[in-house]
Amino acid sequence: MSDMLPGIEVLSYSFTGQHRPGPFSPVLVGVVGSGNLEVMLEPADGPACTVQVETSARGFGEIWQAVLRDFHRRHPLAGVRVSIHDMGATPAVVGLRLDQAVSELKHP
Amino acid sequence: MNAPTEPRAWGHRAADRAHRHARAAAELGSALSGKVVAATHAVALLNAVLEAGDRVCLEGNNQKQADFLAQALVQVDPQRVHDLHMVQSVLALPEHLDVFENGLAKRLDFSFSGPQGARLAKLVSAGQIEIGAIHTYLELFARYFIDLTPKLALVAAQAADAEGNLYTGPNTEDTPAIVEATAFSGGIVIAQVNELVDGRSTHLPRVDVPAGWVDFVIAAPRPNFIEPLFTRDPAQLSAIQVLMAMMAIRGIYAEYGVQRLNHGIGFDTAAIELLLPTYGESLGLKGKICKHWALNPHPTLIPAIEAGWVESVHSFGSELGMENYIRARSDVFFTGADGSLRSNRAFCQAAGHYACDLFIGSTLQMDLQGNSSTATLDRISGFGGAPNMGADARGRRHASPAWLKAGEQARAGRAGAAGTPRGQKLVVQMVETFREHMQPAFVETLDAWTLQRQSGMALPPIMIYGEDVTHVLTEEGIANLLLCRNDEEREQAIRGVAGYTTVGLQRDTRAVENLRDRGVIRRAADLGIDPRDATRNLLAARSMRDLVRASGGLYDPPRRFRNW
Repeated sequence: MSDMLPGIEVLSYSFTGQHRPGPFSPVLVGVVGSGNLEVMLEPADGPACTVQVETSARGFGEIWQAVLRDFHRRHPLAGVRVSIHDMGATPAVVGLRLDQAVSELKHP
Repeated sequence: MNAPTEPRAWGHRAADRAHRHARAAAELGSALSGKVVAATHAVALLNAVLEAGDRVCLEGNNQKQADFLAQALVQVDPQRVHDLHMVQSVLALPEHLDVFENGLAKRLDFSFSGPQGARLAKLVSAGQIEIGAIHTYLELFARYFIDLTPKLALVAAQAADAEGNLYTGPNTEDTPAIVEATAFSGGIVIAQVNELVDGRSTHLPRVDVPAGWVDFVIAAPRPNFIEPLFTRDPAQLSAIQVLMAMMAIRGIYAEYGVQRLNHGIGFDTAAIELLLPTYGESLGLKGKICKHWALNPHPTLIPAIEAGWVESVHSFGSELGMENYIRARSDVFFTGADGSLRSNRAFCQAAGHYACDLFIGSTLQMDLQGNSSTATLDRISGFGGAPNMGADARGRRHASPAWLKAGEQARAGRAGAAGTPRGQKLVVQMVETFREHMQPAFVETLDAWTLQRQSGMALPPIMIYGEDVTHVLTEEGIANLLLCRNDEEREQAIRGVAGYTTVGLQRDTRAVENLRDRGVIRRAADLGIDPRDATRNLLAARSMRDLVRASGGLYDPPRRFRNW
């Protein structure tokens, strides 16, 4: 168990996907600044697409759930671990970064 | 038998004006020379000409303020002068509310109070101010000629000569409307000026207000206060704002062929201005949209002007730092023979109402009928020009393609009076679904309703009515309310672009999909826009320095914007 900074909320989600990308080097987009976030994609074993969110903006679990559910509908990935470091980005920016990350995955 | 009635005397206004002038002359003595009053005697002048119960217009414009006269007014003796009725466009300075706390003024009619909104709310709930009404600018000017005529106008001008002619220059703004109403109803006009010309070595560049309309002139010790309200640093624009601007250009400006428009203040519209020479150019739209503007001289319009998009701009006021650029672009801006800008808020508001096909602006909150408001709890901020610009102009009779197309969409399938063929102005509300601190822009009930209860207003302070809104544009897409046939469709169309706000998450998914199929909701993809293309690289200028460079060095930003 890692030491969490006080004030950071950790959220975890898991989706069953269909599209398994081939082996890939980790993808990193975005930057952790106010109103921004960084998103990393790494290969993982198993059929799931897991998402772990570490965010300084606490209490928005429901919105993260909806945003990530819609993301996974757009890109039903399997065997991918998504890691997010967020500093209060709006859902619009989150969706944009996730789509950017997948775009880099497909066109490295 | 009835006593014979006295014949009515009809010279009250003239007699009253003469009495006030006589008092001023007696009070000031040698401090009054013709019309010129020494600055040291400003308070004495006001004590002499004012009477209890007077209606006073203290020039609080959106940009310029008669600040020296405001500072003098708060020093007037409240034992003699009290129960003043203040009528002014904007409450900008602390003195504008000090007159109420000092017991000088009791009643207020105004349009906008942005900087003083919180303090105004406190004074209202403490019973120290009675608000007559909150207006839109043109509406307030109109009432100066009907039932809110000022007895005294305290205005700000750039320069005066000894006769009392005034040069108001680039920041002419509201002055002509205020002075005309006051001067031609027996009122008294007092002007503070930055400079008194002697008529020998210095002259007025032109006459904006003739001497015959002016009673007293005071050379203020400091230039009058002016704010650069319309300057936006392109460095602060985000990719999301670029995306929304792309949707505005493609989904609305190009779609309807909008040649004549007004942009409300803010970063969202600044992004549109900066995308015309780049994204707009890539779509081949130059010459097809955005030729004629009712707009303050936005620095962010410089690249579009330089690229040949803009034929004309009429302005409400000026913008600090733009003076030399405007001089060098007299083909585009309204300038005098002297070369400097002539602005006029009353005429520009009329132009925006009748001669423009589109208004687009931001808001803080919108409900499910499309009503929008910038009123928030504990702040009475007012409306400014938005209600006038963002309203269908039902008196309009001349046609344009954009106006006809919008009108056809609204009336298709309607019968009776509501279906009588007419055009409609495009009124676009452009807003990100979440504001700062993840405050949702879309709500079930506007704060305006609570504000109504708290302050006892007759109506909730709604800035733009849903019935006038034709399009709602968010980062999620465009909802075309013209194509909605009933309140249920309108509600789902708004929910459909409200994203992940509670209001958005509670959408009827099937209904929203149906609306998208019908083209009532259009997402970025439906407009041929890939959100990943929406980057800051698309902006024609990305910094204040870029704007200066685009202007060939003519634009001179105020110091607070010099960040390079």
